[in-house]
Amino acid sequence: MAGILVFVEQRDGEIRKASLQAVSEAKRHGGAGGEVTAVLVGAGIGAAAAGLGAWGAARVFVADNPALGLYSAEGYTEAVAAAAAKAQPSAIFVAGTAMGRDLAPRVAARLGVGAIADVVKLALDGDAFTARRPIYSGKAFAEATTAGKRPQVISLRPNVFAAEESGGSAAVESLDGLGLAIRAVVKELVKAAGGELDVAEADIIVSGGRGIKGPENFALIKSLADALGGAVGASRAVVDAGWIAHSHQVGQTGKVVSPSLYVACGISGAIQHLAGMSSSKIIVAINKDPDAPIFKIADYGIVGDLFEVIPPMVAAIKAL
Amino acid sequence: MNCIVCVASVPDTASVIKLKADGTGIDESGIKWIVSPYDEYALEAALQLTEAKGGEVTVVTYGPAGAEPALRDCLARGAHKAVHVLGGEKTLGDSFTIARVLAAAIKGRAHDLVLCGVKGVGTDCSQVGQMLAELLGLPHVAIVTALEVGEGSLAATREVEGGKEKVECPLPALLTCQKGLNEPRYAALKGIMAAKKKPVDKLEVSSLGIQEGADLFYAVARFELPPAKSAGTIIQGENDPAGAAAQLVKLLREEAKAI
Ligand SMILES: Cc1cc2nc3c(=O)[nH]c(=O)nc-3n(C[C@H](O)[C@H](O)[C@H](O)COP(=O)(O)OP(=O)(O)OC[C@H]3O[C@@H](n4cnc5c(N)ncnc54)[C@H](O)[C@@H]3O)c2cc1C
Ligand SMILES: Nc1ncnc2c1ncn2[C@@H]1O[C@H](COP(=O)(O)O)[C@@H](O)[C@H]1O
Repeated sequence: MAGILVFVEQRDGEIRKASLQAVSEAKRHGGAGGEVTAVLVGAGIGAAAAGLGAWGAARVFVADNPALGLYSAEGYTEAVAAAAAKAQPSAIFVAGTAMGRDLAPRVAARLGVGAIADVVKLALDGDAFTARRPIYSGKAFAEATTAGKRPQVISLRPNVFAAEESGGSAAVESLDGLGLAIRAVVKELVKAAGGELDVAEADIIVSGGRGIKGPENFALIKSLADALGGAVGASRAVVDAGWIAHSHQVGQTGKVVSPSLYVACGISGAIQHLAGMSSSKIIVAINKDPDAPIFKIADYGIVGDLFEVIPPMVAAIKAL
Repeated sequence: MNCIVCVASVPDTASVIKLKADGTGIDESGIKWIVSPYDEYALEAALQLTEAKGGEVTVVTYGPAGAEPALRDCLARGAHKAVHVLGGEKTLGDSFTIARVLAAAIKGRAHDLVLCGVKGVGTDCSQVGQMLAELLGLPHVAIVTALEVGEGSLAATREVEGGKEKVECPLPALLTCQKGLNEPRYAALKGIMAAKKKPVDKLEVSSLGIQEGADLFYAVARFELPPAKSAGTIIQGENDPAGAAAQLVKLLREEAKAI
């Protein structure tokens, strides 16, 4: 067993950024003493495969099948397991998106091994990875191993590892003869209204909490998010109040995000909210209470009334 | 409609997490243990289904003796039976071992549906459900926020980035349940009294053919607390909000290089 197999996620034939981050991370570790192999799964996706060479993959398996057009845990597990049987990797990397977090454990169980989820740092010792992952919602970290088991199935938290082109080319091979027996079938993918950017994918997030006073004032939050090119997030208090859909919620019972910039507006910073955003690279807080706990983890903050602070902020950003 | 619900007993989400002096684990003194919040959605879904269609809800946990109150809480809310596989101290976070133990405990018990939470609070793995489905040979649907169960099949909605997937699946199947699926009920006094008489089937891990700790799939070499964060730059903006806003934008551009 040698090398790293990376499951590469695509949507409508476009490769997801988080997967490029995973391929790059595999390459940075020199393929753990072997090659970096990618496996791309879907329908009508062949065109995207060769481009993976530039990000560090030496070989790409493509499972192109009409039955795999929409994600299926069973179908995609079959494809990744077939790629693993060919590549015999010592590790399998998966980007920790909704799809990746669903797929990795099922693949691991198929291969009779465990998996390490939501990894934020990897260290290679010989040909075995030790993986750092937040536990207790980021209140502690574990340096975890797979206790000697191979392959090491690892999901990488999106936006933590850099995607960098290393300039190479990949040999593309099709993965045929999959024994697909899909029982749980995705009938439809309903996209969020207006192609709204999801907090889990956004590089910049502006979140509103109870301090925004009412659902209509999400327009103010959105104006700042739009000026920054980011997504709109929310605390649980405002989701529970019905001001915005749960898909926007950040925190322990919402999404865990690591954007490069997180702006919390009118959010007190309860421990369950921090659980979802404390690994953001830069944290900004706007709150009128100087003692709000959010200021303890903020890199920058304004003590003030968000209704007075946000409009001039939007103007200043637009003037840049 | 027989449902099996997997519940984990976990530290209350507001717990302060401290490490043991030697860094080999979490200091559990003073921690309050609760049913993992997502498992409450799984239990509620199972209770509603059996109320509508008949059948039984069995709750299963793999954990030390201290996990029993979590099972009693589920029985008090209306579950019919409980299975307690005793152990788990050495396998905390070892999703695959946990899934193997649960699979062995569930095999041989009637199930049309196995329900888990999307994630166990604390371990934060989101893995056990999918692994269990694979080991039981069941299809699964993860992160379920809406559910309709018909004759021999189900229709579920699951949350993904940027939208929702509508999934159809034959029974038996496994679901991982997410907030939004339902509003979990609390235990009423009558339920708490009734729970005392309900059966809890206690099992040793070894009786399931698994040697706990002998064959691990996950090990933690070291636990750490997050590094202390240095104090941020906080601007007083009460008197001059526009000036504070301009200063913040300048810092974000020039110092943090974040915009
Ligand atoms: C099991 C469990 C899970 C949970 N999961 C989550 C989760 O996933 N995500 C989450 O967010 N919470 C979660 N919570 C809830 C959490 O404990 C808090 O209740 C919640 O985060 C509070 O939301 P908030 O900050 O918007 O509201 P509040 O705590 O009410 O804070 C509002 C803030 O707005 C400020 N403010 C008011 N007016 C203004 C103004 N004009 N200008 C500027 N600032 C102003 C106030 O000073 C205050 O700090 C969970 C709780 C539990 C028990
Ligand atoms: N020790 C356990 N006993 C019973 N169920 C568990 C246990 N650990 C995890 N689960 C189930 O698996 C789900 C996901 O847990 P995890 O993979 O640890 O995040 C939980 O919500 C529970 O439904």
